[in-house]
Amino acid sequence: MPKLLKTSDNPKPDNRLAEDDHSPSAPLSIHDLTVAYHRKPVLWDIDLDIPEGKLVGIVGPNGAGKSTLIKACLDLVPTASGLVQVYGEPYKKQRSLVGYVPQRESVDWDFPVSALDVVAMGLYRDIGWFHMVLRKHKDIARAALERVGIGHLADRQISQLSGGQQQRVFLARALAQDATLYFMDEPFAAVDAATERAIVTLLKDLKTQGKTTLVVHHDLATVTQYFDWVILLNMRVVAAGPTEDVFTAENLHKTYGGKLTLLAEAGHALSQIKRQ
Amino acid sequence: MIRLVQLTFRTTRRISGFAFTLFVPLLCHAESTVTNDQEPSLWHILYRVFTFQDYNTSLVVASTLILGLASGLIGCFLLLRKRSLMGDALSHACLPGIGLAFIVMTALGFNGKSLPGLLLGATITGVLGVLAVLVVRNTSRIKDDAAMGIVLSVFFGAGVAILKMVEDTPGQSAAGLESFIYGRAASMVFSDFILVSIVAVAVLICSLILLKEFTLLCFDEGFGRSQGWPIHRLDVIMLALVAAITVVGLQAVGLILIIAFLITPAAAARFWTNDLRWMLFGSAVIGGVSGWIGASVSAVLSKLAAGPVIVLIAASIFIFSMVFGRSRGVLRRSFSLHRLKQKVGRQHLLRAVFEIQEDLCDAQGKPPANIPVSFDAVLRHRTWSPKRVRALLRLARREDHIEDSASETIRLSEPGFGEAARITRNHRLWEIFLITHADIAASHVDRDADSVEHVLSADMVRELEEHLDMQTIPQSPHQIRQQQEARA
Repeated sequence: MPKLLKTSDNPKPDNRLAEDDHSPSAPLSIHDLTVAYHRKPVLWDIDLDIPEGKLVGIVGPNGAGKSTLIKACLDLVPTASGLVQVYGEPYKKQRSLVGYVPQRESVDWDFPVSALDVVAMGLYRDIGWFHMVLRKHKDIARAALERVGIGHLADRQISQLSGGQQQRVFLARALAQDATLYFMDEPFAAVDAATERAIVTLLKDLKTQGKTTLVVHHDLATVTQYFDWVILLNMRVVAAGPTEDVFTAENLHKTYGGKLTLLAEAGHALSQIKRQ
Repeated sequence: MIRLVQLTFRTTRRISGFAFTLFVPLLCHAESTVTNDQEPSLWHILYRVFTFQDYNTSLVVASTLILGLASGLIGCFLLLRKRSLMGDALSHACLPGIGLAFIVMTALGFNGKSLPGLLLGATITGVLGVLAVLVVRNTSRIKDDAAMGIVLSVFFGAGVAILKMVEDTPGQSAAGLESFIYGRAASMVFSDFILVSIVAVAVLICSLILLKEFTLLCFDEGFGRSQGWPIHRLDVIMLALVAAITVVGLQAVGLILIIAFLITPAAAARFWTNDLRWMLFGSAVIGGVSGWIGASVSAVLSKLAAGPVIVLIAASIFIFSMVFGRSRGVLRRSFSLHRLKQKVGRQHLLRAVFEIQEDLCDAQGKPPANIPVSFDAVLRHRTWSPKRVRALLRLARREDHIEDSASETIRLSEPGFGEAARITRNHRLWEIFLITHADIAASHVDRDADSVEHVLSADMVRELEEHLDMQTIPQSPHQIRQQQEARA
């Protein structure tokens, strides 16, 4: 325990060493990322390079910080330390290359807009301040809805869609962005079998187009089937790499074996000390 | 009985469309032609006020109308952003600013009651109030509603205390400052009208050109931020627009009631449409109409202040919308539920009769035919009460599916028999599909089939037929299973 506290007090030497390993052209490289809510660390020294054109699953138990990892990459939560780079540049400069599918529950689906309106939101950045959504933008949005198989529901109000259809609307919105790096937060959560198949087809499609996709996933049974790269996460990266190398019983045990790991205890102790 | 309610529902909806456009002006016009110049009747005065012919009141009516348009529009965003209470905290926090502005202006030797000065003071403390809410929320673990409750009451209390102090100090009279609490539209003069109009029109234009940005802000803040939109700044702009409307509305409606002027039109408009653009339009119209009628009525009945009347008019429109609203009104919802229940009940009855007929014919070794069925047999077939069966029979009779429901035997009509066969067939197709393709146990399938079969479209039935390769009425899978078990 004392040793752990000491390294976290002075984490700099480690950082410098790690930086040399990163390749500048990786779609996403994360350098020593630490995220804390109310002084309690949620993610601890994440250090990753994601290779291009991979379909990457982020797997770990509840509270492991899977969603937080995505949000930290997208600047949606404040980071305690660390650096995230997209194709060698800070995320702020590369927004147009990045698509984001938030968790379905993160918004109010009773909102008075149609599926098409939501998908068009993916184009707002291109459209720019004060300008209206034009027909050409609507056509792009409609095409994105067609790609996820619900083109006929374009004018339906979003509360009248099923959970799976709502998830597809969110995917279509990300597709409309035409990004090269996608972050998806639990796209498979509580969707019907047809939607799950549609999403998998879409993910494979993105992969053949050479795009990189990171997907927060909770169903261990389908990991080897869906993803060719895996990040096993439980506050820190337990293992990351090609699925066949990394997705082993030993690593899974390390990830899921008792949620209250040594790190959680250390983090708790640290927050206690700082509060005093 | 139900027919009657349905009919009234439809006619009321139709009439309601004309009510505002036709009824009021017509009535007034008719009266105005009758009156002679001895003593103007109440209707005549009302007519003159409503149509802006009366100079004294036209300023007030016009300002509240424009104010209503703008507040209805910006209120939509406030509602959709789930910040309704924020508007309330803001308006209550304006009060100390009014008192302080009076003190500062008198100390500097100006007219302490100059409206722009007072409103400037109100804006400053109003914004401070909102900032206080944000500070409390972001620095502690206190939630939004508690933070707003605290700020709202503290600022309002401080405001009341300051006004009391101002009143007690000798010198310039502070009488009339408290009118900002409940509003006094009648005291508006031309310059006030100009101020209100400019601000309201500016807010209208701003919220329309920022429509796309505000929609994103209200719907999906996280996605917006990931796209690089300055969500924080947009939030501030939106609150600034709300603050502007609140402050210029203080004089007409008062700081306690202004929140109703912001939220009620938006909430009412939501019942009529699922499209944000129409909601904005409807909300602005409802706000404008409330302001127009409310101020007019208050101008005629001089004892009534404009604020409360405007709020009451808006509330009436809200209640009307809640009941009759086209897309989310209570009546609409309960009727569609009722109609579905009727349809399901009728289909269940027809299927029950068909299955009994099938059993009877089967016993004689004949194909199913339209033979009379006894009332008791239907009663035994399903767990229905006799009362329920009689109600269902009446329903089926109305559709001409049953020839005679009075006696103890039930006889299906020719179309009724066809319909019963079709319903039974759909039910069984669906059951078999569930068993063969969805891996559902035969004992559990009946209920699942029950819940879906009533919404099976013709296309889906065709698809099922192709899938299962069946053209005639299949046997019930339960019986198949029973037979299999009996054989084993």
